[in-house]
Amino acid sequence: MTTLDAAPRAVAPAESDSPLARAAAGLARSPKAVVAAIVCALLLLTALVGPALAPQNPYDLNVLDIMDAKLPPGSESMAGQTFWLGTDGQGRDMLSAMIYGLRTSLFVGVFAGVVALMVGSALGLTAAFLGGRFDTIVMRLVDLMLGFPTLLVALILLALLGQGVGKVIFALVLVQWAMFARAVRGAALVEKNKDYIEAATMLGLSRPRILFGHLLPNCLSPLIVIGTLQVANAIAAEATLSFLGIGLPITQPSLGLLIANGFQVLLSGQYWISVYPGLLLLTLVFSINIVGDRLREVLNPRLAER
Amino acid sequence: MTVFVIRRLLQSLVVLAATAAIVFVGVYAIGDPAEMLIAPDATPAERAQVEASLGLDRPLPAQFLTFVVNALHGDLGRSFVFNQPSISLILGRLPATLELAFVAIVIALALGIPLGLLAGLKPRSATDEAIMTGSILGFSLPNFWQGMMLIMIFSVWLGWLPSTGRGTTGTIFGVETSLATWDGLRHLILPAVNLALFKLALVIRLTRTGVRETMPLDFVKFARAKGLTERRIVLVHVLKTIMVPLVTVIGMEIGSLIAFGVVTETIFAWPGIGKLLIDSIMRLDRPVVVAYLLVVVSLFIVLNFTVDVLYSILDPRIRVGRGA
Repeated sequence: MTTLDAAPRAVAPAESDSPLARAAAGLARSPKAVVAAIVCALLLLTALVGPALAPQNPYDLNVLDIMDAKLPPGSESMAGQTFWLGTDGQGRDMLSAMIYGLRTSLFVGVFAGVVALMVGSALGLTAAFLGGRFDTIVMRLVDLMLGFPTLLVALILLALLGQGVGKVIFALVLVQWAMFARAVRGAALVEKNKDYIEAATMLGLSRPRILFGHLLPNCLSPLIVIGTLQVANAIAAEATLSFLGIGLPITQPSLGLLIANGFQVLLSGQYWISVYPGLLLLTLVFSINIVGDRLREVLNPRLAER
Repeated sequence: MTVFVIRRLLQSLVVLAATAAIVFVGVYAIGDPAEMLIAPDATPAERAQVEASLGLDRPLPAQFLTFVVNALHGDLGRSFVFNQPSISLILGRLPATLELAFVAIVIALALGIPLGLLAGLKPRSATDEAIMTGSILGFSLPNFWQGMMLIMIFSVWLGWLPSTGRGTTGTIFGVETSLATWDGLRHLILPAVNLALFKLALVIRLTRTGVRETMPLDFVKFARAKGLTERRIVLVHVLKTIMVPLVTVIGMEIGSLIAFGVVTETIFAWPGIGKLLIDSIMRLDRPVVVAYLLVVVSLFIVLNFTVDVLYSILDPRIRVGRGA
């Protein structure tokens, strides 16, 4: 949907530097992107060291006190602890719940994005390299997948499968692989006729080695861009599915589930239960998208510096 | 042209058949079909009877044939909850969803095209930067959270607009719609804006890209040489060229608006098919879920088909080039 114009086809790599180096250099030239990248890194770090950072373990029933429920931001608990962002209906510190939620959201989003990238690029590469019937079948599947909104497909799938972390990741991978496959195939089609591939074939290298050792590294540019944007999409999609009640189970609350809890009490004025997790989710997705957008400008010569 | 339309029509039918097969496999073959099609509180006797009447003991291809024949007759099963044919439940709520999607797309275009023009005509300016960053913010905003914030600000704090339901509906040309009454309009504003914001970023980006690609072209230079005002060049000649990709994408997006309506309808308790879908999933009302899926897929196929045909009228090069 939002990555409609994000599929750079036919990207020829610069002879001298790798796409990763160009990406880093391009990012550094945009102050906006630098800030966004730093925010991403900080959020990732927060998620990694989460439990050490959180004021309480929000899912340890021993530390929760129902008397602390629905306290506004800045209030003190019965035990004298300050809840900077307030508490939810169970007396949970919102800040701690958000740090734990961030972990879940990031884990699901990144994991789904990476698996979709691997599946999609393997299929796209093979399709471009083999051509013929295999190519036709893969591309028809891609067209079919991209013809429907990702959220709808994921929604229906989860309605059939039920809740669960594994199922959500499966659904996200299934709706996202096609984007990668199309982009990689486009890049690989250009690359495969170049001399170095012919040279590799003449040397008698095995097919997998040519595909993944030589062709893939030269198709990295579109992968980096789409990978970044798709992780943001996956995080947003997971949050939406969880909000609708068909994503993650209540035992593994992501930011989306926290917001859903807040929705119940929004009309009675307890805004903090949904506003803060939402702001965190927005910051996360927004900064990933800013970085992705900048990468697209840098790595896609068609758009570069016009 | 006729060949193109026929070829495209055949492709659409193939997609529909493929989807029907996938839905069939999804609902009937994965897991226990009886589990999905029989109300959870059925007794074993009822269960055996339903299984026999549905022909679940027959081989899968035979079952698929029955499923297709019934579907072609418009029979997609009865809802457990409403005890009505699921297809009529869906069709009964479709107008509310279409109305919401229509108003949302109008809002998105009315705001998105001017903003996109503004950004595209002065690339790299502060205005452009602001609009483009704003559009990234736009598609980063989780749609459900944005809806909640709209409710919080305009319903809870300011008390200006109602937050749930469709309000009083009236009839325009025999169609029941919220657009006909003041109360209905007030109910429509928040959900429509919520849905529109989701597509606004896309319209802005498309318009901006279109402007930037069109402005350096020869016909624009020629128009300038002829002494046309810049205003006329942009608003008539450039805009006309940009309309081609816009029409395509908007056609596709109507479909995705209907799908994403699920979120908006849930938050604003809008009685459309999206809310029905979520309610049905929650109540394990499988026939309605299946009916929803088939109706929406058919809708998509019709939309994609229409867009392709429109596109080929607007841009004749397509007919020769890509057939898919």
